Amino acid sequence: MKARVHVMLKNGVLDPQGEAVRHALGSLGFDGVEGVRQGKVIELDLADGTSEATIGEMCEKLLANTVIESYRVEVL
Amino acid sequence: MRAAVIVFPGSNCDRDMAVALRAAGADVSMVWHKDASLPDGVDLVAVPGGFSFGDYLRCGAIAAQSPICKAVVAHANRGGYVLGVCNGFQVLTETGLLPGALMRNANLKFICKTVDLKVETSASAFTEGYNAGDLVGYPVAHHDGNYTVDDATLATLTSEDRIAFSYGDNPNGSVADIAGVLSENRRVLGMMPHPERAVDEGHGGTDGQALFRGLVGQFAQA
Repeated sequence: MKARVHVMLKNGVLDPQGEAVRHALGSLGFDGVEGVRQGKVIELDLADGTSEATIGEMCEKLLANTVIESYRVEVL
Repeated sequence: MRAAVIVFPGSNCDRDMAVALRAAGADVSMVWHKDASLPDGVDLVAVPGGFSFGDYLRCGAIAAQSPICKAVVAHANRGGYVLGVCNGFQVLTETGLLPGALMRNANLKFICKTVDLKVETSASAFTEGYNAGDLVGYPVAHHDGNYTVDDATLATLTSEDRIAFSYGDNPNGSVADIAGVLSENRRVLGMMPHPERAVDEGHGGTDGQALFRGLVGQFAQA
């Protein structure tokens, strides 16, 4: 089985990289980009039957730093 | 005083740290990240700067899961001293020994220069060689030194006098200009600037000597 983990900075945490991307889009002439948030996608190739709880534990212990990041698990 | 300097793949300030500690009189061992225990009788663990595991995933995240870090956390929980500098600070926040996180610098640039710091408290083994309010110059060299912490934790750090150093001219966007913080028991210090790069005239400054001498002197008196 496969799972995809989306890791994003929490709302309210400033994302300087996202801001830089937003400025770059503006300078390319794309108007109206009001916000950009940049995150990570991590794909996991897992033994069949791995529980969502176990994947959640992987996120809490390593894949995300929950001080600044939130995560979402998508089982594929 | 017995000190251990942890070496990860990608550490690059480990030897500077050992030189600074030895110059202050410490007996220093280098400890590889795959070791599961610290040498007997270690008083201080120093987690050095560098780019452990290539900064993969997040700075310090992989190092924080290494076998030796379990021993470092146990050492801290027993009341042992831990100093984390630069990447070492990132590792200590990732282990949970210190609050907050280090994010990408607000201006997105790698910053490498000597900065003015204010010693915010002399009430720790690390800073007792200074007076609160002293201005010192230590080099910084980092891309991810933007210290971030939630408002409630910041209020706790402030009220408990746990901000050890702050920037005179904040280079990286850190909350409240914070350059270094102490743990609740004041025996774990994490900081982005490099005191070990300011201990010899050849470094261009010796403001870091008081930190190492104070720390090692603490044990000489005991």
